[in-house]
Amino acid sequence: MSRKVGGIAGIFLEETQVLVAARKIREMGFLKFEAISPYPVHGMEEACGISRSSIPYVTFVAGLFGCSFGLWLTWWTSVVDWPINVGGKPLFSLPAFIPIVFELTVLFAALSSVAALVYHCRLPHHNPPDIDPDLTSHKFAIYVPEDDKGYDAAQLTKILNELGASEVKKVAEY
Amino acid sequence: MIKRNQLILGDKSLKDITDDICAPVETLPGKGWVGLFLTAKTMLIFYMITLGMVMAYGMGLLGVNHPIAWGTMIVTFVFWIGIGHAGTLISAILFLFRQKWRTSVARTAEAMTVFAVMTAGLFPLLHTGRPWLDFWLFPYPNQRGPLWVNFRSPLLWDVFAVSTYATVSIIFWYIGMVPDFATIKDRAKNKIRKQIYGILSLGWRGTARNWSHYEILYLLLAGLSTPLVLSVHTIVSFDFAVAGLPGWHTTIFPPYFVAGAIFSGFAMVVTLMTLVRIGFPQFKDYITIDHMEVMNKIIMTTGLMVGYAYAAEFFIAWYSGNQYERFVFVNRAFGPYGWAYWVMVSCNVIIPQIFWFRWARRTIPVMFVVSIFVNIGMWFERFVITVTSLHRDFLPSNWGMYAWSFWDGAVLFGSFGMFLTLFLLYLRVFPAISIAEIKPVMNVGRDDQDGKHGGH
Repeated sequence: MSRKVGGIAGIFLEETQVLVAARKIREMGFLKFEAISPYPVHGMEEACGISRSSIPYVTFVAGLFGCSFGLWLTWWTSVVDWPINVGGKPLFSLPAFIPIVFELTVLFAALSSVAALVYHCRLPHHNPPDIDPDLTSHKFAIYVPEDDKGYDAAQLTKILNELGASEVKKVAEY
Repeated sequence: MIKRNQLILGDKSLKDITDDICAPVETLPGKGWVGLFLTAKTMLIFYMITLGMVMAYGMGLLGVNHPIAWGTMIVTFVFWIGIGHAGTLISAILFLFRQKWRTSVARTAEAMTVFAVMTAGLFPLLHTGRPWLDFWLFPYPNQRGPLWVNFRSPLLWDVFAVSTYATVSIIFWYIGMVPDFATIKDRAKNKIRKQIYGILSLGWRGTARNWSHYEILYLLLAGLSTPLVLSVHTIVSFDFAVAGLPGWHTTIFPPYFVAGAIFSGFAMVVTLMTLVRIGFPQFKDYITIDHMEVMNKIIMTTGLMVGYAYAAEFFIAWYSGNQYERFVFVNRAFGPYGWAYWVMVSCNVIIPQIFWFRWARRTIPVMFVVSIFVNIGMWFERFVITVTSLHRDFLPSNWGMYAWSFWDGAVLFGSFGMFLTLFLLYLRVFPAISIAEIKPVMNVGRDDQDGKHGGH
């Protein structure tokens, strides 16, 4: 992981250009390239061939766990560990426990989903190397790392320029 | 085809949007902000002294006593929790309904939620009377048996509901800000700013893979927050409805409380947004009169729902044939606290009717005044529910009046200091409009597409 990987990046000024460029780079057979944009671009996942995020599965499993944990907690504390008769209600008063179970379901699902995002996006990463500071404001980029299959700096520069890049630059590390 | 109004005025480019929204974070505050901040901070210091006194001397400083054991703190807790609900409604529910106009106000409304819940959360903690033992509210293995909390109590449901709501709201708000923190970091000329926003942004770079995960997460959090926000005020209403007291023990409470919460919350959003528009004139292109009008429509709709609930409660009290129930409602409107009831009805039901007129919905001073009245009315609604039900119940020998003291007023007044201090700080350190979310909707309603941007 610690080995520095550089590559080549084309900077674009228009959303439509970067979409076309992403599709073209993908069709050329590159796999590790990245499209960088200041906001989620509609259709970029299809253009880059990114499959749907797996975070919903994490949410589901965590929600299920939170739900079971809530049921277990209310049951174990009220029935097993310290049974107390409250107002003649059954020891396991399920309807009264529903709010607790529900809140724990939501809490576990939400926290685990965020943890999944942090894991998938390899965050936190303090001030990682960047290509251009305007990429979080008004510019877009296609970046191809040098360890990708079929990497050829000269050919990529030519293609990115043809695709309308305003600037093509060599990136030391990304 | 019916023409849509532009969501964002002034034909902004992507860079203009970034510059406009980052400006308050990157410039020194003006006199207006400093003046407001010093006022709010003075109120906050006053609040801290007040709460210190209440903790040191005990709850007896407030007017709570037999028979009115729940007073200002519980009334104001429900008030602030309710305010918070509009923020989640805007950020989560309107997101699921694909309401693009929400983008301009979502961030600030969420901030309002977070600060309102923080303000609210203090009250029940202090109202226990021994706030240093509040950790007993959570079920943890302890040396007292272990003695567990009573999971059958609505007050404990509230502990879970409010703490979950606070946690999830803060996360939702923070995750929404991560890409914008990266924007501020990348623009920073100042080294300290770069470090601080670099840490806050978690190293976000906006790659397509990351955006793909991010959008799914945002959708999931919106989906989780939607039932959560409805559950929170439902459970707050259970604090009352599960008790056997006439005036509290009604099945209408959950929807009635949720509608009231959204009503009061939108009023607070309108109050704050009119002020934000004055303080940051460049935001007028983002938070347009159209946005304000939509919110005023929601205020009127929820106001009608609340008015319907008042009427339904009265009808059912009569229709039930239960003399105690009937008495409580007649006493509410015509008893010694009748004035509070009529303040509530005029502020919540009568005054918002002005929004039937288009000019009223689109005139800033009118909506500002109405939103203030709605806030007053909604505080009185909780006062009416809590105090008038308690003050005359089954036995006439058990009747009494609320001994409102100076400290009750001080607690209520001071809580605004806490809320406003947090809110004013937020306006200067966090991007007050979502930069990354507003860019994809910037072309809505624009005539000239240049063939460059995809239409929506």
